[in-house]
Amino acid sequence: ASCVQHRLVVRDASSLQILQLYTCLDQIQHLEWSSDSLFILCAMYKRGIVQVWSLEQPDWRCKIDEGSAGLVASCWSPDGRHILNTTEFHLRITVWSLCTKSVSYIKYPKACQQGVAFTKDGRYMAVAERRDCKDFISIFVCRNWQLLRHFDTETQDLFGIEWAPNGCVLAAWDTCLEYKVLLYSLDGRLLSSYRAYQWPLGIKSIAWSPSSQFLAIGSFDEKVRILNHVTWRKITELEHPATITSKKTIVYKEVEKSPTVGTERLSFPPTRALASSLFSTQSKYDISQVPVSLQYIKPVADRANPKVGVGMLAFSADNCFLATKNDNIPNAVWIWDIRKLKLAVVLEQLCTIQCFQWDPCQPRLAVCTGSSRVYLWSPAGCVVVQVPGEGDFQIMSLSWHSSGDSMLLLSKDNFCVCYLEREEV
Amino acid sequence: MGDWKTITVPVLSSDSKNIPPYTSERKRSPTSMSSQVLHLSLPSSKSMHSFFSAFCTEENIEQSISYIDRELTTLGFPSIYAESKGKELNLVSMVNCMNELLVLQHKNLRAQEEIEIQHLKLGSDMDHLQNCYAKLKEQLELSKREIVGLQERDRQLQSKNRNLHQLLKNEKDEVQKLQNVISSRATQYNHDMKRKEREYNKLKERLHQLVMNKKDKKLAMEVLNYVGRADGKRGAWRTDKTEARNEEEMYKVLLSDYEQRQKQLLLENTELKKVLQQMKKDIISLLPPQKQKPKERPEDGLVLSDQEEDIGELNKENMWELSCETVREQLTNSIRKQWRMLKNHVEKLDNQVSRGHSGTLNEKDVISREDHELETEKLELEIQQCKEMIRTQQQLLQQQLTCDDDTTLLLQDCYLLEERERLQEEWRLFREQKKNFEKERKSFTEAAIRLGLERKAFEEDRGAWLKHQFLSMTADCKSENLTTPSAFLRSSDPDIRLVRSVSRQRRPPSVLSPTVSPEPCQISQYIAQNSVASEKPAADNMPNLWVESDDKEETEECTKSWEDSGLGTLCRNLHMEQLP
Repeated sequence: ASCVQHRLVVRDASSLQILQLYTCLDQIQHLEWSSDSLFILCAMYKRGIVQVWSLEQPDWRCKIDEGSAGLVASCWSPDGRHILNTTEFHLRITVWSLCTKSVSYIKYPKACQQGVAFTKDGRYMAVAERRDCKDFISIFVCRNWQLLRHFDTETQDLFGIEWAPNGCVLAAWDTCLEYKVLLYSLDGRLLSSYRAYQWPLGIKSIAWSPSSQFLAIGSFDEKVRILNHVTWRKITELEHPATITSKKTIVYKEVEKSPTVGTERLSFPPTRALASSLFSTQSKYDISQVPVSLQYIKPVADRANPKVGVGMLAFSADNCFLATKNDNIPNAVWIWDIRKLKLAVVLEQLCTIQCFQWDPCQPRLAVCTGSSRVYLWSPAGCVVVQVPGEGDFQIMSLSWHSSGDSMLLLSKDNFCVCYLEREEV
Repeated sequence: MGDWKTITVPVLSSDSKNIPPYTSERKRSPTSMSSQVLHLSLPSSKSMHSFFSAFCTEENIEQSISYIDRELTTLGFPSIYAESKGKELNLVSMVNCMNELLVLQHKNLRAQEEIEIQHLKLGSDMDHLQNCYAKLKEQLELSKREIVGLQERDRQLQSKNRNLHQLLKNEKDEVQKLQNVISSRATQYNHDMKRKEREYNKLKERLHQLVMNKKDKKLAMEVLNYVGRADGKRGAWRTDKTEARNEEEMYKVLLSDYEQRQKQLLLENTELKKVLQQMKKDIISLLPPQKQKPKERPEDGLVLSDQEEDIGELNKENMWELSCETVREQLTNSIRKQWRMLKNHVEKLDNQVSRGHSGTLNEKDVISREDHELETEKLELEIQQCKEMIRTQQQLLQQQLTCDDDTTLLLQDCYLLEERERLQEEWRLFREQKKNFEKERKSFTEAAIRLGLERKAFEEDRGAWLKHQFLSMTADCKSENLTTPSAFLRSSDPDIRLVRSVSRQRRPPSVLSPTVSPEPCQISQYIAQNSVASEKPAADNMPNLWVESDDKEETEECTKSWEDSGLGTLCRNLHMEQLP
């Protein structure tokens, strides 16, 4: 599904054929599929309206109007039948039910980056709240929206919460002024708290491993600390220095290839394909010899939210690799082998890395840097894929299909789907 | 020296005038010993002569002789005068005295030489010692200066050290101060933030109130129709029961997770214990060689035996089933001890090897190397033999394959033929059965047709007979006919129905148009389907039965028209079953 201005276009994922076209009342800001892929919600924050469309019955209509309460965020509940709207100024979260047309309110939600978290199996929802300058977490049962647990957290300013994939542990971390990670069990008991250091800027990003065995914490001091789920203590610190000296890491460097155009084929006026190939540079990967020094950027000292530290963390689906990005070295992706807890590969690109995502089935990483190429890495090697087309297609973000066969590449105005062929064995 | 002088000089000269100067010379001699003696020791013979002659001249011979005599007697020599009084000289005594004086002289010379030598030695020693002394003095001066220099340096370094300590202290204090500053600022910021947050909350509350007060005229939510829940269940009321159930479910989830984790940890533990056990066994197997060298350290043997006993005991206890603390500790301790012993063993071997390399080669090593080489040769031979065997086998196989190509093809053909024949037989059987079925079908249809005809005839007869009866009965008695015809009618309901149908059929055969026939066919099929699919809910059953009952009559009509087609018979068969 994609939205253009105020129209919603639904296409088939394998053929990109347009299946449905819906028109909404205003420009769509947010688009979300329900968990059973039967409904799509379109949120228009300016008007405070959410419209829901059904795929099965195109005539079905639903419109939720928040009125003067305004709308800041909107999302589905994991059962696909309730919509949670966050009103302006985070006054409250309203839970609209599509089955019973009933409304529930959650008061005092916290205005933070990840204030609402659902467990992977969709049973429980944790909401961060703040009353009287104190942070609380409420756990609700998604089936009937009953409050299960309500407890306070020892944080200064709760920044985010995330469930472990096994649904039994909730990680809550503090604002970047305070390095603190609190781990709560499902029934609200504090299992452990972890603090690496006190004064410098703290946590930037957090990721759970898919088996819930590890919690990786990326911080502003350019290190990633990994905690284990048995003792909740640090098992290792992964550093991101600007020079790589270890002989066991492979460094792939993106190198520009000069475009090869046969002089006989040049024609006047030049065809479109030829022109695009002349202007777009091809690139390929080269293996650099260790020691390698990467481009290191020192951040400006007096700005807030400096581009320092480990800003992106992602575990691979088979729990073997961890990909990180150090914002000080914005052109490199660091891939760590979790079984050996060592740096396995470094990918050095030409431009700043915008986004990377692991394939949900295999250990394959797709990276995009804002150029018209998507980069794929797997333990077998890495490859540069050029997006064919005229003009510049600057890939800003990408998203894998849940089967791992195709990938969505998004630029500012367009998107394209990249299909990956399976190898015939 | 003075003696020598006094002795020699008066002998040489007998000058009375020279005596006082000689005495004066005697007196002088002790003062100017060495140089004058040396000088005088090398006088020329002439001076000697002159000197000697100066003491004794021809005038004072007697005086000089008496003087000499007096001197000799004072020195202890016998007198040179003869025993008789007079001035006769005893020549013998004089000669003896002279000899004695010469011997003395020699002795004295020798002594003098020795003394001179010693003197020289002592002088050189003195010089040497003085040089040494001077050198040592210089060294002492140097070392003193060095010490002073070093002390200076030491003082400087210490002062530097103190300065650095001071700096460090200052820095630490600054750091502490800064930390305090940071913490105080942090608390201040927190306090300010809290204040601002409270204001913000107040604003939010106000806004919330305003928002809630304002009642929007438009509906908050418009839905075309309700959507069923994803899992098909209906919503439940919020009761205590549900709360309890929620808690239960939550605890179940947690418990299952913990159980899973515990299982995993148990598995890991057992695996690790197994590995430890294996390691222990391996270490034990490596350790026995130590027993063969008891000379080196006899104590180890004893220790080993104790250890092995312990090990044996522990193994017997089947350790991996026990998991209490003490047993675990024992296992780890035993492994640690054995590992240490193994390390010592390996170190010893290393030492031995290094000694062996540097010193004489141990015979054992040589033998082992030879053995090694022999074994490698044997293995290589074996490998070659095996390779040859493989090659020959391969060749044989290939030969077999190549020469049996035709036979295999024939065989394959045989198999195919067999299969084909089988299939043909089956086809034949199948066709026969088909024919039989068709024959039976035909006979059945004929039989059905005959039946139908007979029935027709029978019914015609019946109808005629009934007519007769009716007419006869009505002719006989009119009043009593109400019950019997009804009874009759009741008993012959199906008959009357059939009559009706027959009559209906008789009237307008043209009514039955070909267009009607396919419809009932469909309806009959529908009935057939309905009869088969009996799972419909109760509420829906009623209309179907209605349809069935309506269609029964129609189908009855049509079955007679279909007596020729198989379908018709089928329908009728089904129909017969459905009739109550």
